[in-house]
Amino acid sequence: MATTTAAARVRKARRTSVGLKLAMAITGGLFVLYVLAHMYGNLKVFSGQEAFDGYAHHLRELGEPLLPYSGFLWVMRIGLVVALVVHVWAAVSLWRRANHARSTRYVKFRPVQATWSSRTMRWGGVALLLFVIFHLLQFTTMTIQVGGSFDSPYDRVVAAFSTWYILAIYVLSMLALGMHLRHGIWSAVQTLGWSTRRREPAIKRTALVIALIIVVGFLVPPIAIFLGVLE
Amino acid sequence: MRITLNVWRQQNAQAPGRIVSYPRQDVSPEMSFLELLDVLNEDLIAQGDEPIAFDHDCREGICGQCGVMIDGVAHGPQRITTCQLHMRSFADGDTITVEPWRADPFPVIKDLVVDRRALDRIISSGGYVSVNTGSAPDAHATPLPKENADRAFEAAACIGCGACVAACPNASAMLFTAAKVTHLGELPQGQPERAARVVSMLDSHDAEGFGGCTNIGECAAVCPAGVPLDTISQLNVDLLGALSPRRPG
Repeated sequence: MATTTAAARVRKARRTSVGLKLAMAITGGLFVLYVLAHMYGNLKVFSGQEAFDGYAHHLRELGEPLLPYSGFLWVMRIGLVVALVVHVWAAVSLWRRANHARSTRYVKFRPVQATWSSRTMRWGGVALLLFVIFHLLQFTTMTIQVGGSFDSPYDRVVAAFSTWYILAIYVLSMLALGMHLRHGIWSAVQTLGWSTRRREPAIKRTALVIALIIVVGFLVPPIAIFLGVLE
Repeated sequence: MRITLNVWRQQNAQAPGRIVSYPRQDVSPEMSFLELLDVLNEDLIAQGDEPIAFDHDCREGICGQCGVMIDGVAHGPQRITTCQLHMRSFADGDTITVEPWRADPFPVIKDLVVDRRALDRIISSGGYVSVNTGSAPDAHATPLPKENADRAFEAAACIGCGACVAACPNASAMLFTAAKVTHLGELPQGQPERAARVVSMLDSHDAEGFGGCTNIGECAAVCPAGVPLDTISQLNVDLLGALSPRRPG
């Protein structure tokens, strides 16, 4: 079996389906960290218009004068786009592989213990990708403006989430995100090889807790705005 | 007991298959599931019909031949092999769907029999230790901690039945591959080829056309040998190690 050089073995190892899974686990981990930081920024909305707009402005000045204006944001954007391309490319490769692995379906199939989260990762991921595109068109490029045009990020957010259908889109998207993370975080930990039989229940619980924190943390500001707590 | 079996009938790999219904009035709860198929086949033969082809050998849960999908679950409602399943696990009046394992690397040969040689090819790509075999060495010549020995034994319990592939929504054979990687990776004799083994076996796994693992856990939940899900975590660690050019093997 050991007839190849180490370099050839490494190349072969990278091409395996577990190599693809590792790429998904690492990029997915970056997304979780980013989403937590994003949630922290959103919650600034409760500190008032000045603090929220100041935070948005400060993100552009972060790292100055070492970085140019908005330099930090561009580093983040480029990093996230690269991670997204890798994550989606690996997901599509594994999805195609799985489809070819069972072309004849069962007449009757009953999962024994699979969570709904674990069985909706692929279409849930597609839904999240569509949501991210919509979200960027709304708040980054400002191609879609709901409730009027404003210079202040705070005013923009309040106007958008006072609209019922925008709130509905975000509630559904965040529930999809929570489901994706519930299985995704556990799956990433197992793929990185940190799971053992003893740790497994704790890893799954932690994944659920992080997913719940993210869902609640992202939904509290829009719901507060819709109910008129913030204006 | 009255039981209706809805059985997948397929003449050969090329022919289209279909479900055929066989109502039975005289099922004893003490019968094993395979005995019910035997009785049904005797009647089919007496009527001049083609008996249902199904794999079976030891009928004591150790050979891994008798896997079929029973009512949507690999090996049926209990975490045992099909031959160990008895009709008392079902209720009077039940309709039970019986299908072959469904995965493209497991083509149907006839009715419920599939070709599982893809698993043998994964083993022959690296699921062994290449040492010259002389006379058996002394048992205590190579010290091994008890916990490693236990874990190696637990993974070695895999009987290659293919239930993990059948139950996996991705039709992945990752639990099967991980069981062998863990079994040999826990033992001192398995160390020199550890990195090469995981890469060769995964490469063969993927080339056979099995799907990738998404850590859903259906495999371990139906495994009649009780191979634990964290063997896949151990396989992932070995692959991570194999990505380092410094790792021997």
